[in-house]
Amino acid sequence: MSTATPLGLALADRRLPGGQIGLWLGALVIVLLLPLLFNSPVAVTIMNQMGISIVFALSYNMLLGQGGMLSFGHAVFFGLGGFMAMHVINIIEFEELYIPLPVVPFIGGLFGMGFAIIVGSFSTRRAGTVFAMISLGVGELVAACSIIFVAFFGGEEGISGDRTMGPPVFGYEFLTEIEVYYLTAVVVFVTALLMYLFSRTPAGRMANAVRDNDERAEFVGYSQRMVRFISFVASGFFAGAAGGLFAINYEILTEENLNLVTSGGVLLMAYIGGIGFFIGPIVGAILLTLLQTVLSNHTELWQLYVGILFVLTVMYVPRGLTGLIMMHGIAFKTRRLGLLIVPYLKVGMPLAVALFGFVTLLEAGHVANAGIVGHTEFHWLGTVFDIGNMGIWALGLVCLLAGGYGTWHQSSQVREAWHAANDMTAGEGTS
Amino acid sequence: MVELVIFSLLNGLVTGLLLFMLSSGLTLIFSMMGVLNFAHASFYMLGAYFAYTISQYVGFWPGLIIAPLLVGLVGALIERYGLRYVHRWGHVAELIFTFGLAFLIEEIVQFFWGKATKDYSEPELLHFPLFTLYGQNFPAYKVFMILISVAIFVGLFTVLSRSRVGLIIQAAITHPHTVANLGHNVPLVFMGVFGVGSALAGLAGVIAGPALGTFPGMAFVLGSIVFVVVVVGGLGSLTGAFVASLLIGWLQTFAISLDWSVSDLLLAIGVSFDADHALRDLWTLSLPQIAPILPYILLILILIFRPTGLMGKRET
Amino acid sequence: MTVAALELDGVRKNFGLTEIIRGVDLAIEKGERHAIIGPNGAGKSTLFHLISGKYDKTEGRIRLNGEDVTDLPPYEINRRGLSRSFQITNIFPRLSVFENIRCGLLWSQQYRYCFWKLVDNQRDLNDRAMAVLEEIGLADRAETPAGVLTYAEQRGLEIGITIAGGAGVIMLDEPTAGMSHSETEQAVELIRRVTVGKTLVMVEHDMGVVFNLADRISVLVYGEIIATDTPANIRANKAVQEAYLGVTDDAVEGVA
Repeated sequence: MSTATPLGLALADRRLPGGQIGLWLGALVIVLLLPLLFNSPVAVTIMNQMGISIVFALSYNMLLGQGGMLSFGHAVFFGLGGFMAMHVINIIEFEELYIPLPVVPFIGGLFGMGFAIIVGSFSTRRAGTVFAMISLGVGELVAACSIIFVAFFGGEEGISGDRTMGPPVFGYEFLTEIEVYYLTAVVVFVTALLMYLFSRTPAGRMANAVRDNDERAEFVGYSQRMVRFISFVASGFFAGAAGGLFAINYEILTEENLNLVTSGGVLLMAYIGGIGFFIGPIVGAILLTLLQTVLSNHTELWQLYVGILFVLTVMYVPRGLTGLIMMHGIAFKTRRLGLLIVPYLKVGMPLAVALFGFVTLLEAGHVANAGIVGHTEFHWLGTVFDIGNMGIWALGLVCLLAGGYGTWHQSSQVREAWHAANDMTAGEGTS
Repeated sequence: MVELVIFSLLNGLVTGLLLFMLSSGLTLIFSMMGVLNFAHASFYMLGAYFAYTISQYVGFWPGLIIAPLLVGLVGALIERYGLRYVHRWGHVAELIFTFGLAFLIEEIVQFFWGKATKDYSEPELLHFPLFTLYGQNFPAYKVFMILISVAIFVGLFTVLSRSRVGLIIQAAITHPHTVANLGHNVPLVFMGVFGVGSALAGLAGVIAGPALGTFPGMAFVLGSIVFVVVVVGGLGSLTGAFVASLLIGWLQTFAISLDWSVSDLLLAIGVSFDADHALRDLWTLSLPQIAPILPYILLILILIFRPTGLMGKRET
Repeated sequence: MTVAALELDGVRKNFGLTEIIRGVDLAIEKGERHAIIGPNGAGKSTLFHLISGKYDKTEGRIRLNGEDVTDLPPYEINRRGLSRSFQITNIFPRLSVFENIRCGLLWSQQYRYCFWKLVDNQRDLNDRAMAVLEEIGLADRAETPAGVLTYAEQRGLEIGITIAGGAGVIMLDEPTAGMSHSETEQAVELIRRVTVGKTLVMVEHDMGVVFNLADRISVLVYGEIIATDTPANIRANKAVQEAYLGVTDDAVEGVA
């Protein structure tokens, strides 16, 4: 659970994070090669969105996962950074200022950081509920202000601009999505690396210590308030940079980018991904962006599914998806992962059936509730379902009940296999 | 001016009492369990929707009783099978859980009732102006809202101060561990308080639905304000919640009705301003414009200068 | 005349109307091992909290190496060379044992709030942390999350965090509480080793430990120090026996 070993690696040799340098280089190569694999404009747009979300979610986790500060208003820094970046893009265009586009996200970051200095000066005195409430108050305040102060926020329509009017960078004018992808990718890589490195500095380590036990930190020479403040300001910078990336990608910012919904969204990403791990928010950002872009094309109920996923995560998988994977570390090291495969399949199949039944019922129910005349069909798994056919409802119900029973029935086997695979007292694994 | 003050006072009272119906339950729940329930306003929304559906079949009045009971049941079940389970992961997880719940309930409401505003209206019986003052009508339904709220508080205070359960609850607010050690079934009390708190929020929804509109965003609109009330009043203080509810109710209604702006002020002291200046938004700022943000400014000021709230004793 | 390592001058503390500490004067010399004993509720832990800055003082002054630290927050007092442990284990549970110790070292090694150096590259810092781990016998548990250590190991880690920064004045609050006989012996040896050349102030209930370790003993009863003297004199002191121990000479010999 501890972020003491981010990326889940044991740090046997402290001075040589060679394996980690390899990991980061590998990540860079993958990021640069991705467009060769997914080269459709839609895919590139989605990947750009993922990049923005990754930076934003990582910056959020500097607060929640690293520093123990639960924020309900993090979008403020994202949005303000974005608005500032948008203004800079417009200044570049109309004042013909010579600022290359790749610098713009960092200007957004500086603006987010500036605002974080103001907010952090009074909000970081305590963690816990007081911090959460102040973040909520500031979030609502700024969102409301964005409607009032039209000159900066552009009112209801927001502000927009044209990213391509700046000086070319190595001949690129960022006219196409793919050029923007590479810009985004580089900024994502640099900011993610910086955030990771921050977590390995004295200030970053003490953020963890203050999260764990703020009182004790004061008795080893650190002011808990100052430690939180530094994390908060750094987090504001990276959130602002993510906002700057958003400005470049979408060329428009509105109130929506800094309101409570966006603040809640980043909490969802970080938490579902796993706040105890550095890569957790990355996993969450990728998954939620996929749900947001791909799933939303297939069903109007996607937010309901996200909500269910989130609540289930909070209840049963508090370490997030990354935690779920990392749980298998012991079994993997002792080569007993094999013990789990068959039980997983046995429980997975009825679970899939139950899931199928559940989704079928929800989708059918959604069409029925909408009650639009002539609209009685929905698509699901490449098939057209008609809710007029009672068989659909029966099928859904039977699958849900039978699958649910099967899952419950098999779950004890998984539990047993889990104990067997993680029993440190047993001999070496069988495989 | 007198007319404006009277109507603002009355409207502020309606809003304030409505806020207190929510904040009283939230405060009780927070005092006992240490959880600020983000989903509290969602129960308020459920109340309105339940009552709407009930009113489709049997009219407004049965809904006034049945809907809050249903919401209370939902609340108790959520406490029993959700919150109590999450409790093992700590307070932050609980807060995040209730946040997720608020998100989920909004989606569930949209699933069953759709995105559009529902035509849930006050009963015919109360659809008339009770009195007319300076040519302005005051609807009977608002008076009904005031009466219901007052009746609830009288009931609530009586239960809390006179009954055995009330005494246990009061004791649990200040000394939860001691109460458990005395052998009272604290989990059951928790579930009960959570259920009753939810039911109160549900009742608020039932009577507010016709006045403020029944739509999926209604929880969101009120939710943050209720939080502000609870924090400003002082976490764990019912009296504080009461004072803060009325304070914020009046703050908002007066801010909306008093059309004062910065430019008026500047003109009054003989300063003129440039209409094209970058700060023009600041000069033309008016009180109704900033009415929505006043509670949040109050919240931040309170948290900075008096973290215990107006009447609270403990800092969280 | 040398400056006392720690000097309390008329320190008082009220909680509401209740006086918990009722005027404590105490001077502890550099290099001295000083034990504070007293019955339950005498205010020993409160006194520790007052000295270390956890509680505000109602009255009186506290000087550390001659410098007035009365109104400073805990971290400022720590930076001036006073480090304390807690009666109830107070560690960083999700950090590894190694990280716990390293956090105890960071400020004293001048890293402050630095965010441009990587801790893993600081060879000297890591070597020092490992040395402390060797000292407290937890080297083989370095990568274990502190929260899953056994109770005795956590008590050892508690002392490790306290001494890691090399503070001149070490305050230990019941370091052997809840330990078995053999664990206590090891803990006493550890404390003796790591406080060589330092000033030690400890609260302890185990009279064996107190009479074994302390150069001088102060007896705190109802918020007042009724005697400060060498172990032998304290043992013979009639007032101490009556007020605190409430038993005869023989019985004191017995526990000691």
